[in-house]
Amino acid sequence: MSDEIVAISGLTKRFAGVVAVDSLSFTARKGEILGLVGPDGAGKTTTLRILAGILPADTGSALVAGQDVLREPEAVKSRISYMPQQFGLYEDLTVTENIRFYADIFEVTRTVRQQREAQLLEASGMSRFRDRLAGQLSGGMKRKLGIACALIHTPQLLLLDEPTTGVDPVSRRELWSILYSLVFEGVTVLVSTAYLDEAERCHRLLLMHQGSRLFFGTPTDLKSKLPGGALSIISSNPQALQMATAGEQGVLRVTAMGDELHVVVDDPDRRLDQLRERFDSTGISFGDMRRIPASVEDVFVYVVSNQQTQQAREQ
Amino acid sequence: MNRAPSIVVDKLMKRFDTFTAVKQVSFQIHAGEIFGLLGPNGSGKSTIIRMLCGLLTPSSGSATVVGFDIARHAEEVREHIGYMSQKFSLYNDLTALENLQFFAGLFGVKGSALDERIAWALKMAGLAGSERLLTGELSGGWKQRLALGSAVLHRPQVLFLDEPTAGVDPLSRGHFWELIHQMSREGVTILVTTHYMDEAEYCNRLALINQGLIVAMGTPTEIKHLAIKGTLWLVECNPLGRALAVVKQAPGVIDASVFGAALHVSVDASRQPLTELPTFLASHEVRVDRIELISPSLEDAFVSLTGDRTFSDESAQ
Amino acid sequence: MNLRRCAAMSCKEFIQIRRDRRSLAIVLFLPLIQILLLGYGARLDANHIPLYVLDQEGSQHSQALLKAFQASPYFNVVKTVENYGALVRAIDSDHCKLGIVIPWNFSERLDDSGRATVQAVVDGTDDNSAQLAEGYAQAVVANYTSGVQVDWFARHGLANQATSRLSVDDRTWFNEDLESKNFIIPGTVALVMALMGALLSSLTIAREWERGTMEQLVATPVTALEIMVGKLVPYLVISLLDAALCAAFAVAWFEVPFRGGLGTFFFTTTLFLIVILGIGYMISVATKSQLGASQYALLVTLLPTTMLSGFAFPIHQQPAPIRALTYLVYSRYYVSALKRIFLDGAAINELVPQIAAMTIYALVVGFFATRAFRKSLQ
Repeated sequence: MSDEIVAISGLTKRFAGVVAVDSLSFTARKGEILGLVGPDGAGKTTTLRILAGILPADTGSALVAGQDVLREPEAVKSRISYMPQQFGLYEDLTVTENIRFYADIFEVTRTVRQQREAQLLEASGMSRFRDRLAGQLSGGMKRKLGIACALIHTPQLLLLDEPTTGVDPVSRRELWSILYSLVFEGVTVLVSTAYLDEAERCHRLLLMHQGSRLFFGTPTDLKSKLPGGALSIISSNPQALQMATAGEQGVLRVTAMGDELHVVVDDPDRRLDQLRERFDSTGISFGDMRRIPASVEDVFVYVVSNQQTQQAREQ
Repeated sequence: MNRAPSIVVDKLMKRFDTFTAVKQVSFQIHAGEIFGLLGPNGSGKSTIIRMLCGLLTPSSGSATVVGFDIARHAEEVREHIGYMSQKFSLYNDLTALENLQFFAGLFGVKGSALDERIAWALKMAGLAGSERLLTGELSGGWKQRLALGSAVLHRPQVLFLDEPTAGVDPLSRGHFWELIHQMSREGVTILVTTHYMDEAEYCNRLALINQGLIVAMGTPTEIKHLAIKGTLWLVECNPLGRALAVVKQAPGVIDASVFGAALHVSVDASRQPLTELPTFLASHEVRVDRIELISPSLEDAFVSLTGDRTFSDESAQ
Repeated sequence: MNLRRCAAMSCKEFIQIRRDRRSLAIVLFLPLIQILLLGYGARLDANHIPLYVLDQEGSQHSQALLKAFQASPYFNVVKTVENYGALVRAIDSDHCKLGIVIPWNFSERLDDSGRATVQAVVDGTDDNSAQLAEGYAQAVVANYTSGVQVDWFARHGLANQATSRLSVDDRTWFNEDLESKNFIIPGTVALVMALMGALLSSLTIAREWERGTMEQLVATPVTALEIMVGKLVPYLVISLLDAALCAAFAVAWFEVPFRGGLGTFFFTTTLFLIVILGIGYMISVATKSQLGASQYALLVTLLPTTMLSGFAFPIHQQPAPIRALTYLVYSRYYVSALKRIFLDGAAINELVPQIAAMTIYALVVGFFATRAFRKSLQ
C-alpha cells in the first residue's frame, strides 16, 4: 500500500539466547499514531531501535519510509527521527545550540531552520528560553526540547520510546496534543508506552508481550476481543466483596481496587442483575454498581491468560 | 479493620534554604489502610516520606508513626517500618536468598525467626526452590515480589511503597496487589507514593499533592467527582481537527481534548450535550458518529485540580 | 564525508569544551605545572663527582692536567693511586665514580705530535651519572688542551668483569653547557602532549554514551568518520596550542634553547598528536565509561612515555630486548625529534627517520580508529 510508512514482517531479535522480539509483523500508515503497548520486557525498545537503524535484526524484513532498514540502515536516517527514553539533549548546550546542532546534522537549510525553530519553540512555550542551558530546564521542558530537535528536519516518521513514562498528567496531555498536531501535518508517529490506558489514545496499536505480538489493530477491535464487558462496584471494603464475587458464575476476573471492585464478566447486563441479587440475598453492602467500558488492561490480561492456558494445554 | 490512626501528620513543613518543599500538610492514616500520596516529581511527596521515615527533620509541624514522634524517636520509627522501592532496593549480583539474608541482617531478624521469615518471603514471592537464582536475572514481576518480601522480613506495622508496580505486566501486578491486600487485612498500614494514576486507583484513599500542598484528599471516586465540574463525554466525529477547534466555543463546554480517534469533552452539568453537541458541531460542518457519557479518570481529576500552568512549570529547577 | 555535519560535531565539541571550566583549567595549567616540576625537580646534574687519578708519568704536563680536574667544580679529586688495580677496585667499591689514567708517555707524545691520550674509566652502572661524568671530563680535558684525546672505558660494578670499551655518545656534545634540564624539558613536552591528548580524546565518546546522547546520534545520518574527525579536530587545535604554550614556557622560564623552526615543531607535533588522539579515541570507543577510559588512557600513554621513550632514561643504555621494544613506543620518535629540534635546530629533512616512523604510526592508528566505531547499539 502506498500510504504505508512502515511495513514489518517476521522481525526477530535475540540477545544471548533470550528472544527479545519474536517474529513481529505490523504496519503503520501515513499520518497515524501507532502505539507499541506492553509492559517492561515486551520488546518495545528493541523494536524501535531496529526501525531506527541502530540495532541489527536477526531475521525478517523491515521497510521504513520506503527503505529496507535491515539491509541499509543509514539510508533511512535522514527521513525519520528517533527519540530514545533519555532524549539526546546536550545539557551543556543552550536550547538554540541544541536545535542548531541537529539542524546541521540533518542539513536543514538556514532559512528553513530559522523558521522551524521559531515555530517549534513558540508552540512549546520555550521562546523565552532560547539561551538557557538545556541542563537547567525542567523535566517537561527538556522533553519538549527533545521533540523540537527531533522535528527540526521535518521527518516523515517519528519514533518515540516511552515519552510519557514518569511524566505528570498535564505534561502527558501536552505531549499527546503535540503528537496529534503532528498527525494533522501528515507525520506518522510510532510511540511506545508501558501505560496500557494510553493504547486508547492511538489510532492503531500493537500490543506486545514478551517479544510477541498479542494484538494489532484499532482500540475498538481490541475491546471486541473481550467476550463480555466490565462492571464497577463501589464499596468501602472491596476486598470482602471480592471474596463474594470471585466464584460467581460468568465472572472472568475480579480486581479489588482502592474503593471499587472491577469485575470482568461474560455478559454484563445479566451478571449485573445476578450479582445484585446475590449481594442483596446475603446482606453484603455495596455502593453504586454499573456497567463500565472494559479497559485495555482487562483485554490484555484476558488475551494473555488465554494464551497461557492454550500453551499449557499444548504441552 | 482497626480504625486507630497509625500515621498522624499535623501541619508538617519542610524548607530547604529558600525553597519550601512541603508547605503544611496534614492527614491521618488508619491501621490497615492503603493510602496513596499522588503527585509528580518535585511535588514534595518524596520529602514527606523521608520525614516520615525519620531521615529528614521537619522545619515545623509534627508527625507520629505508630505512636513514635518522627523528630524525637526516629530510630524507633525506623524499626517499625518497611520500605520497598522496586527499582532500587535489590542487589542484582546477589541471589534471591542472599538478598533476603542481607536485609534480614539489616533489620536485626535473628534466630528461628530468621529462617521462618525467609522461607515465608520466598514462598510469597513464588521463589521457593529458586532461591539460588541471581536477582538480576529475574523478570519484573518476580523482582517486585522479592523486593516486597525483603521489606517486610521484620514484620513492620507500616509499609512504604514507592512506585511499586511501574512498568510491571498486569498479571504480576494483580498478584502483587493481592499480597498487599492480604497484609492490609492483617492490619499493616500501607502508604503508597506514586505519580502513576493507575497505581493510585488501588489505594483506599488518596492525597493529591502538588507543589508542596495537598490539593485534594478522599477515595478515588470522591476525587474524581470532586474534580470534574460537569460531565465527561466521548465524541467520535469527523473531521477531528476542525471539531477540536470549534467545540470549545459550544455552549457549556468547559474543556476538550483529542483522545485517539475521538474527543473528550467536559460539559457543564446543567446542559444536555447528548443533543446539543451534535447540533452545534453539525452547524460547523462536523459530523458526529458517536457520543457517549464516560466516567472521569483520576488523570482527568488531576489535570483539572492542578490546572495547566501551575503544574507544567516553565521555571528552571 | 560531509563537511557540514563534521563541522557541526566540531562546533558542538568546542562549545562543550569552552563551557567545561574545570577541564579547560586542567588542560592549560597542568602541562605548565608538570614542566615546572620536572624542570626544577629532575636535576640530573651533579657536582663534586669523586675522582681517582693514576698518574703514571708524574710530569709537569700531567700535574697541570690534574690541577685542571681539581679546579673544576664538577670533580673532587679524592685520591691518587699507584696502580690500575687500585683504580678499578675503587670504582667497584663505589669510592669513586671516575678514574683518570695519565700514561707514562703523556708529555712526550704531547711535545712530539701535539696529541696524547688519557684513559678514563667510568662507573657505568648508573648511566645518567656516567654520561654526565663523561661529559664533564671531556670538557675539562678539552679545555686543557685540544690535542688530548680520551679513551673511555666502563666498569659495570661486577667483580672479575672485564672493563668494556665505550664510545662516547654524540648527544653529549650538543648539550654544551651540560645542563640536564635541556635534556629533560623537551622530553617533558612530549610527555605532557601524550598525556593531555590521550586523556582529552579518551573521554569524548564515552561521555556521549554515559549521558545518553550517543543513542540518538547514531540514529542520525552522521557517519562514523564524521563523528571521529569532528570530535578530534577541536582537541588537535587545543593540544597544539598547549604544545606552543609549553615550548614558550620552556624557553622563557627555563631558558632551554629552541634552535629549530616553528614549522617543523608544529608539523612533528601534529603527527604525534594524530597518533595520540587516535589512540585515545579508540580507548573511548572500546570503553563506554569515562572512568575506565581515562584509566586506560593513562596506562597507554604515561607508562610507555615515561619509561621507554628516552624522555629521561636514555634508550641506548637499556638492555637489548627492552631497546627493541622501544621501537614500538611511538613517543620515542617524538621525544627524539623534539630534542633535535630544540637543541640541534633540526629541520624536517634531518628528521626523516622520526617522521617516517610517526607517519606509519599515524596511518596505522588512523586506519584502526576509523573502523573502531560502529554506528550500532550492538
